[in-house]
Amino acid sequence: MMWRYYGIRFLGNRLALAGAIALLFIGLAAWTAPLLTRHNPNEQRLTERLQSPSANHLLGTDDLGRDVFSRMLYGGRVSLRVGLLAVAISVTLGTLVGLVAGYWGGVTDAVLMRLVDIVLCFPTIFLILMVIAFLEPSLWNVMAVIGFTSWPGLARLVRGETLSLRERDFVLAARGLGLSAPRILFVHLLPHLVAPILVSATLGVGGAILTESALSFLGLGVQPPLASWGNILTSGKDYLHVAWWLSIFPGVAILVTVLALNLLGEGLRDVFDPRENQ
Amino acid sequence: MGAYLLRRLSLTLVVLVGITLLTSVVMRLAPGGLTGGVTDLSARASAHEQRKKFIALYDLDKPWYVQYGRWLKRLSRLDFGRSFKDDRPVLEKIGERLPNTLLLNFLSLGLVFLVAIPVGVLAAVKQNTFWDRAVSVFVFVGFSVPTFWLALMLMILFGVNLGWLPLSGLHSLNADEMSFAAYGADMGKHLILPVLISTFTGLAGLSRFVRNGLLEVIRQDYIRTARAKGLPESRVIFHHALRNALLPVITILGLSLPDLIGGGFIFETIFAFPGMGRLGFDAIMARDFPVVMGVGTIAAFLTLAGNFLADLAYAAVDPRIRLSGKR
Repeated sequence: MMWRYYGIRFLGNRLALAGAIALLFIGLAAWTAPLLTRHNPNEQRLTERLQSPSANHLLGTDDLGRDVFSRMLYGGRVSLRVGLLAVAISVTLGTLVGLVAGYWGGVTDAVLMRLVDIVLCFPTIFLILMVIAFLEPSLWNVMAVIGFTSWPGLARLVRGETLSLRERDFVLAARGLGLSAPRILFVHLLPHLVAPILVSATLGVGGAILTESALSFLGLGVQPPLASWGNILTSGKDYLHVAWWLSIFPGVAILVTVLALNLLGEGLRDVFDPRENQ
Repeated sequence: MGAYLLRRLSLTLVVLVGITLLTSVVMRLAPGGLTGGVTDLSARASAHEQRKKFIALYDLDKPWYVQYGRWLKRLSRLDFGRSFKDDRPVLEKIGERLPNTLLLNFLSLGLVFLVAIPVGVLAAVKQNTFWDRAVSVFVFVGFSVPTFWLALMLMILFGVNLGWLPLSGLHSLNADEMSFAAYGADMGKHLILPVLISTFTGLAGLSRFVRNGLLEVIRQDYIRTARAKGLPESRVIFHHALRNALLPVITILGLSLPDLIGGGFIFETIFAFPGMGRLGFDAIMARDFPVVMGVGTIAAFLTLAGNFLADLAYAAVDPRIRLSGKR
């Protein structure tokens, strides 16, 4: 069984394994947040503002006296959700466009791929900023905009793979049997594309989390009081010299999470690479 | 080669038109329409007049295809209009900023090549050892760190606590009174942090590419032949393998262009660096549409031109592409 073989290779890839374990911990911590902290992430205690880390406030408090540790846990939920849903959008779009362009070819392919070329000519952050600045920045808008601007790379990749798969015998056989195009695309072609899509999605989640934090930094990301790692960091930047913990912890959380995702994604790429058989 | 060139050129033209279309469509999404910014910004009595002038200038009372056509016509004369904010020609504003962005990016791109290639070779030659993993973690930390956060931390460390480097901008306040040498040194000091940070955060792509490319080339028969004839390993790697592994770097270079030209949006904002990215960001926030459209269009044009040149260069060095005529 192919997946068993991949599993063994994955376990042998230490960096990917480390990334996966780190992500498991981070995800678990965000998921079980209510069990890990007694403090409400949005409860303001102005008498306890800007306290350094202590036994009561593990990571200190912010400028409104909110517990940073619980904000980090609940903010993690938001940041991870932004990453996952944005990627769900871009993977769906990118896969669909790539499959359709690669399978039908001809005019459809030409039109879709020129669209991809056009979008790829703009710096992604420029497109995101333009749209976000015109809409209300909110959790859903941020997710949607990141998702709808980051699909072209994957579309190009999926199209390339589809082009080469299209001529293979099993596809010709499926066509000969008179199967419908959607059935050929999703039942017969898609399983062969799982590996590259999974790699690209893993790397994409990291990218989306980074983009959200950058948007938050500019005041255009997830809006307070809802916490995200990006906007905790942003609120901390005005208190850098009096409260280092406000900036260090969320920054490290983003770095570790995105690093884990990237190591996992690269590791998966190695695992799935058919040429790497040593 | 001729047929290939023609094909690429015609595709480029199609994309060019697409870029202008997309820019004008996105602009139309703005709530309050294109003139929204004019009234928002200027509460003065002249605002209404300005708005009328603007409607006339951009033919906003005509159907969209007339507007688009006329905008395109002005564009072909390199007329990007004037900024809402200070009424200066957009092209002039971009002309002031573009060289700074290019300077910053070419410096860091040069450093990226200097560091990423040896580091990638090291990782490939020592595949699956401590060195390979150390290099991977190092370049991925750069890739995964929130740039603005790293910039902030280093500004605090080197700018505030140690006082070694200036915090932001490209020149000191008294730069105009400096001698030529002092002016250059001052600018160099201002560039150190931005260049180093953008190098560090940009290492991952190229170094991984070199590593994976080299690993693939090393398995080829001609490398086995080179080894079999008893060549020293260093010559096999650097003379025979690396050359071939580096070929696709040309394409990578082309693909990284949009971020080189306009990618400094956040970065330049933190460092108060007078570049294209910050111009674009400020313009978006102020709804200064002529500037936004100008920055977007020029960034995309430059990218397109870069990609086209990269394709040509690739075809020139790789006979497989130029002869088969497809890609």
